[in-house]
Amino acid sequence: MGRKLLTENINVPGIQSLDVYRKHGGYDGLKKALGMSPDAIVEEVKKSGLRGRGGAGFPTGMKWSFLAKPDGVPRHLVCNADESEPGTFKDRYMMERIPHLLIEGMAIGSFALGANTSYIYIRGELLYVFHILQKAIDEAYAAGLLGKNIMGSGFDFDLHVHCGAGAYICGEETALIESLEGKRGNPRIKPPFPAIQGLWQRPTVVNNVESVMAVVPIVKMGGDEYAKIGVGKSTGTKLISACGHINKPGVYEIELGIPVEEFIYSDEYCGGIRNGKDLKAVVAGGSSVPILPKDLILKLANGEPRLMTYESLSDGGFITGTMLGSGGFIVMDEDTSVVKNLYTFSRFYHHESCGQCSPCREGTGWMEKVLHKILDGHGTLEDVDLLWDIQSKIEGKTICPLGEAAAWPVASAIRHFRSEFEEYVKNPSSIKKDNHYYRLNNISPEVA
Amino acid sequence: MNNENKLKFSNEALALSQRMIKRYPEGKQKSALIPLLHVAQAEFGGWLSSDAMDYVASLLNITPIEVYEVASFYSMFNLKPVGKCVIEVCHTGPCWLLGSDDIVKYIEKKLSIKAGQTTADGMFTLKTVECLASCGTAPMMQIGETYHENLTLEKVDNIIHECRATVVEPVSHWSKKEIK
Amino acid sequence: MPKVTIDGHSIEVPEGTTILQAARMIGGDIVPPAMCYYSKLKTSGGYCRTCIVKVTKGSEKDPRPMPKPVASCRTTVMDGMEVQNTTAPDLLEARKGVVEFLLLNHPLDCPVCDQAGECHLQDLSYQHGLAKSRYEFKRREFEKIDIGENIKLHMTRCILCYRCVKVADQVCDSRVHGVINRGDVAEISTYIEKSLDSDFSGNVIDVCPVGALTDRTFRFKSRVWFTNPMNAHRNCTKCSGKTVLWTSGDDVLRVSARKDVHGEVEEWICNECRFEKKEKSDWTIEGPRHIDRKSVISANHYEVKKQLKIDVSNQKSIDERAHNN
Repeated sequence: MGRKLLTENINVPGIQSLDVYRKHGGYDGLKKALGMSPDAIVEEVKKSGLRGRGGAGFPTGMKWSFLAKPDGVPRHLVCNADESEPGTFKDRYMMERIPHLLIEGMAIGSFALGANTSYIYIRGELLYVFHILQKAIDEAYAAGLLGKNIMGSGFDFDLHVHCGAGAYICGEETALIESLEGKRGNPRIKPPFPAIQGLWQRPTVVNNVESVMAVVPIVKMGGDEYAKIGVGKSTGTKLISACGHINKPGVYEIELGIPVEEFIYSDEYCGGIRNGKDLKAVVAGGSSVPILPKDLILKLANGEPRLMTYESLSDGGFITGTMLGSGGFIVMDEDTSVVKNLYTFSRFYHHESCGQCSPCREGTGWMEKVLHKILDGHGTLEDVDLLWDIQSKIEGKTICPLGEAAAWPVASAIRHFRSEFEEYVKNPSSIKKDNHYYRLNNISPEVA
Repeated sequence: MNNENKLKFSNEALALSQRMIKRYPEGKQKSALIPLLHVAQAEFGGWLSSDAMDYVASLLNITPIEVYEVASFYSMFNLKPVGKCVIEVCHTGPCWLLGSDDIVKYIEKKLSIKAGQTTADGMFTLKTVECLASCGTAPMMQIGETYHENLTLEKVDNIIHECRATVVEPVSHWSKKEIK
Repeated sequence: MPKVTIDGHSIEVPEGTTILQAARMIGGDIVPPAMCYYSKLKTSGGYCRTCIVKVTKGSEKDPRPMPKPVASCRTTVMDGMEVQNTTAPDLLEARKGVVEFLLLNHPLDCPVCDQAGECHLQDLSYQHGLAKSRYEFKRREFEKIDIGENIKLHMTRCILCYRCVKVADQVCDSRVHGVINRGDVAEISTYIEKSLDSDFSGNVIDVCPVGALTDRTFRFKSRVWFTNPMNAHRNCTKCSGKTVLWTSGDDVLRVSARKDVHGEVEEWICNECRFEKKEKSDWTIEGPRHIDRKSVISANHYEVKKQLKIDVSNQKSIDERAHNN
């Protein structure tokens, strides 16, 4: 069993409440942090090697140290709880079950950054979690863990939860800031970066839920201890949201460095493929990252086992590798149509494009339409080349990374599964009809 | 509409709005726009008319176009009337892998409507939506604030049956009990 | 002062200058095209991506190249920066892609569009576009709407440059139109019928790079290249009164602001000058307006025979290109 730093107490009955949370060491991290100097906390986070858990993997301590600190200008820590990347549901799972861990992390982070008011931006569809967080925040205020002079430290800290209203793009930090200002979720053109001019033009750090939570054990155990877990620059534990055709979908906290094969097949984690089927492909880090076929997800190009680390998953670049991303681990069995799965992703990015810049606004819809044409049985071989060309003209030309997020799945599906596209074009009758529900549950659609 | 200027939040909703506005610094009250639009949608029958949006603009002292721009950007705001229960079925990759397309077709057949339509009795609107962060419990759908997960056809039957039997007022994402 | 080199041309520029501005200072063919940036509108630019360039050296201090093409209109020059625009074939290919995206849903109704002849998208597609569209699906369409009695909005033609929104924010007293919806169904709209009732609202017509916002008082009156543009002025209490009259014989068909070599308005003009003063007697005429841009407006122009030659030679090269494609 790997070490659990975030989910250790997740199944303790009543852990949602402040009382039970405190009985299990809750807010000890905050207490310790308030006795340290803010810079010392930043230093611990740097030492821990913690990398942003939202997807980009940028070192959190580094991000914190970039924060501008002009005199007399308030600063803010904003928690990115806009979890919307298909395949990812770890933040929701954590906030719902152990909300105080996030509050504690926010308080520590805000103290370290000198932010007296911070916000948790949660996606609008999770309004029920919004209420869970609000309740927890109210409890924390009543116990003096938030508000004026928290825990008698002299540090004043207000924490608010803010809800969005349905827009994947608000997971991009500058779009999130715009949205938090009550505007359309249009990503800003950088520079300036949020660390200089963020929320209301004030210096701002935006961190993912899991990153904020991870700060709690880091402060408790010390950055060096945390860094001992994992492999190389992939330190600590990571929450993986596992879904798709596996026996045990769910959120798993893993020590970075376990083999992908163990993660998929071990009973401690995914428990293998459903219905005894063979593995076809995996999207390892949320829908944006390149899809890999079975042989490449389990093994590197040189035949060594691929590990669950930032480095190992991206080994081989995009030719034979992928990314850890947000840890949204989507598994597909041998009967899955990669093209149809790609179509749902392309439809998603088309739907979620903010429309600000032209390559993404126009290109995402175009790719969806070409894929639809192929799945409709009217595709040509030129259409496959066209798809490739469109994605290459979106990638790297847009304001924000949604362009890449839309392009990479298309590029990787063509790269690794071109024959499936070609088969659909040459032989439209081979196009798989949906009926996943009936197939997986072994019932005939006619009976239903 | 002849009820112009008559739209008004309940006292509870007004009090909640004021609390929300206070979460943001002086002069930054526009930040409360999205939360207030959720409240407005709950207060005014599950959708946002231009009158409702104008009313929210007046509460925040901003121009109406600033509200239209925002309300039309976010997928949770309905700018047209909807049924009392809006069934939102996720159909993005991970849910699709577990059969969401079949769930959608099943509901379409059951309610005799297509996705995007409302039943003649105004009871149900069926929508397909993009990823709701419930991939590990797919297939799933949301009605109001409630996530219905690990859907089976039987579960769908039961949920629809229960809605028919119990729902009187429109169910919005921000539930009325939270406003009180 | 930071020194920047663009396609081999070096220039020293004031701190804070963008690559696009620096290129404009150098002038000539190396200036990247810009569909959304507008030097007179704060925070404009960055959206259309036509002005992308390749930064092969970040600065003297940090010489690493930038990993992706950058929007030259929003990227500040650093000392020692080296930039490629026309000299980088991969960049030109990328720009071709951007132009294709911009044209994807554009109706190509130039024969009935009042903007034809002075349309920046037209110019851009001649210079950088493909001869044929690879898009085979239905183009999106919107209803035409009137924004007040003088301005027509053809949303179908819009490329979402946001310039008109910024004019309303920065030049007019208040804004009643904006961008609603999102993604590829985003549109400029008032949402509910409202008119732009600011004295300066007509400037949205001049900043529009395409025929999405046109002057209803000029609608279908003439093709621009059949008109004679004249510099004129009048005493106006609201604006400088310096305009261009687009005339045909004794008729003033249209009044617009004066535009510089980059197609940008020199000074904003008021609606009274633009929409209400349509007699030559309202104006003091200064003389013919020089149209500097390589535009078809110049082609039939009485004033510039030399320009005509250039256009003809241009035309040939376009044909050749079409052939090659």
